[in-house]
Amino acid sequence: MAFSSATATVSQNLTFASSNKLSFSHSSSSSSTSSFNFLSFPSFQSKFCKTIISSPQITRAHAPPSPSTTTTATSSFHGLCYVVGDNIDTDQIIPAEHLTLVPSNPDEYQKLGSFALIGLPDSYAVRFIDSGETKTKYSIIIAGDNFGCGSSREHAPVALGASGAAAVIAESYARIFFRNSVATGEVYPVESETRICEECRTGDVVTVELEENRLINHTTGKEYKLKPIGDAGPVIEAGGIFAYARKTGMIPTR
Amino acid sequence: MPQTSMASSLVAPPSTSFFHTKKDLNLSAFSSSSSSSSQRYQKHASRKICCSVSAPQQTQRQPSTTGSVKTAMTMTEKILARASQKEQVTPGDNIWVNVDILMTHDVCGPGSIGIFKNEFGKDAKVWDREKVVIIPDHYIFTSDERANRNVDILRDFCNEQNIKYFYDIKDLSNFKVNPDYKGVCHIALAQEGHCRPGEVLLGTDSHTCTAGAFGQFATGIGNTDAGFVLGAGKLLLKVPPTLRFVMDGEMPNYLLAKDLILQIIGEISVAGATYKSMEFVGSTVESLNMEERMTLCNMVVEAGGKNGVIPPDSITYKYLEGKTSVPYEPVYSDHQARFLSEYRFDVSKLEPLVAKPHSPDNRALARECKDVKINRVYIGSCTGGKTEDFMAAAKVFLASGKKVKVPTFLVPATQKVWMDVYSLPVPGSGGKTCSQIFEEAGCDTPASPSCGACLGGPKDTYARMNEPQVCVSTTNRNFPGRMGHREGEIYLASPYTAAASALTGYVTDPREFLQ
Ligand code: SF4
Repeated sequence: MAFSSATATVSQNLTFASSNKLSFSHSSSSSSTSSFNFLSFPSFQSKFCKTIISSPQITRAHAPPSPSTTTTATSSFHGLCYVVGDNIDTDQIIPAEHLTLVPSNPDEYQKLGSFALIGLPDSYAVRFIDSGETKTKYSIIIAGDNFGCGSSREHAPVALGASGAAAVIAESYARIFFRNSVATGEVYPVESETRICEECRTGDVVTVELEENRLINHTTGKEYKLKPIGDAGPVIEAGGIFAYARKTGMIPTR
Repeated sequence: MPQTSMASSLVAPPSTSFFHTKKDLNLSAFSSSSSSSSQRYQKHASRKICCSVSAPQQTQRQPSTTGSVKTAMTMTEKILARASQKEQVTPGDNIWVNVDILMTHDVCGPGSIGIFKNEFGKDAKVWDREKVVIIPDHYIFTSDERANRNVDILRDFCNEQNIKYFYDIKDLSNFKVNPDYKGVCHIALAQEGHCRPGEVLLGTDSHTCTAGAFGQFATGIGNTDAGFVLGAGKLLLKVPPTLRFVMDGEMPNYLLAKDLILQIIGEISVAGATYKSMEFVGSTVESLNMEERMTLCNMVVEAGGKNGVIPPDSITYKYLEGKTSVPYEPVYSDHQARFLSEYRFDVSKLEPLVAKPHSPDNRALARECKDVKINRVYIGSCTGGKTEDFMAAAKVFLASGKKVKVPTFLVPATQKVWMDVYSLPVPGSGGKTCSQIFEEAGCDTPASPSCGACLGGPKDTYARMNEPQVCVSTTNRNFPGRMGHREGEIYLASPYTAAASALTGYVTDPREFLQ
């Protein structure tokens, strides 16, 4: 099958896509590929990736976040989850009025984080970031279909990462959001096999085990299967699009 | 055998989750969809390939049965093959693509420039100063200091890099004294001759796909990717499979391209084309002018699409005359090219549509929403703020001879559109311009060209929804908060439907005035 080789590459390198342990059907693999759009994963490093990737020389595109991670093991993270529905678009993740903030500026990076998911309608009574706070207490976002649809603003994954979120577990992603998430290394975009968003509630305690492609909800005691990263592998292996391009002589080494 | 495995990897997805299907699609396809609007987004339903409104004889073409020639490719595949100097590419291939134009604007430009400098060095030069086009357009007429600063960052960069195409604005009090200033980037790109058949255009804006109307590959990217392109002039892209939309039949005089694309998005959902290319063909598409073709391609991203594409023809070449001196070479899909799926529509049977809050695929007939009371109408943006869009709105006002019942905001996309609104005679009006007709109808005076309230923007943005109101808008997105207030309700519609709704104060089918 055309897309599976890359999955294998990831598992060798990062140990979170263990295709040797789980075998995925043709259908699941090709549907996960469908949301991966084009590839490029520069600077694939962030607070949680530091514990996953053993190559600290990689730089990230945006300002460094403060250490608010709840990562407990080398390839898992643990914390409270925040649950949203389908088609959470970039206007809800970071409303346009805040787009004047430039993510590569450290102060403005922090500020962006404080507005993460502020555009969710009032029906979300429990807010992602408590009023008066600048960081979220939810390190894992659980969503339905088509998370991050809408604009191409990289501010969206950056805002989530800057707020202290480590991962999004969604049933599927919009193309540009997925690419931007990996490109910036701000949040880890993982696809779930099933509609976890209907079975988890905001505030549940969850653990995401990348190596096992598994999410455990400790509050309900249920476990869910996650999809492996797919063909993002070769570029991640190189350490992102900039590193990949340098390695292959596409752009000069520094 | 390679042929077979190729075919199977292309055929397989539709039967899995590549398609988020509706229940039953039959002759009254779109009225039925509105009744299921509460649960409009049904995933993993029964498989469905061809949503045929009126051509039931057409079903999916099995790629393997077309007697494929080995080199048969779609337009998108051909453009990407040429840009990567390959004989042939196949959907799923990851290839390095040479970029013909990189566009950025005031919202994403400063971040992209920051990444470019971080990665390539403080003194780095862009790969080609004539291929970078920088267009301030989003947050221009505002006193927001950061927004103003962002335009300054663009200006400094363009000076430093000697960027050839920078459409600057310095005097915010009167856009007309800024001859370089254009307005909404996607329309400016076309009007300034940067959209050319066969080329690759990337932009830090999701509606970069608009340029596919010229038969080129155009898609939106993030800041990090743009930072890379600025230095390298190329980007690693994955070749998308193509969905083909065949639209035949004479376009009724109450429909516009906006109705066609709302029809399609309602059909395939906001994720129906995720990662895929959407190709528009057929006699209806051939009859559309360039601005209408741009509307069609503009909203492919609302279906999740990576790019949209329309085969270039004499209408395309005519539009390009005098706009560019760069030679271009159009390409076309081979007869035996493999399409993931084909959809057919008989346009003569469609009716005016809206997308109800809060999703572009929440389709309904305009007449089904006639009891929806509205507070305002907005005509503008890269989707519905072009010259032809204002002409269409003026036509409805002219036909009715009445005054609008709700505040009606008009935001021309670019300075050129603004001038057209004030100078071009509206057919059948005895020589009146759009601006005269709008004034007689009681609309707000056309505003300074920019993105305006299409995406909300800073609080002092003209026509921003600062209250939880109901708006009929010719823009492209109606997610919560898109135009400002997160409890606001936005009905996306064509300029005809928007103008008709302004006249009644309710969502209104334009046939009430056009027939
Ligand atoms: S007009 Fe609206 S959709 Fe178009 S580029 Fe501007 S903000 Fe984006």
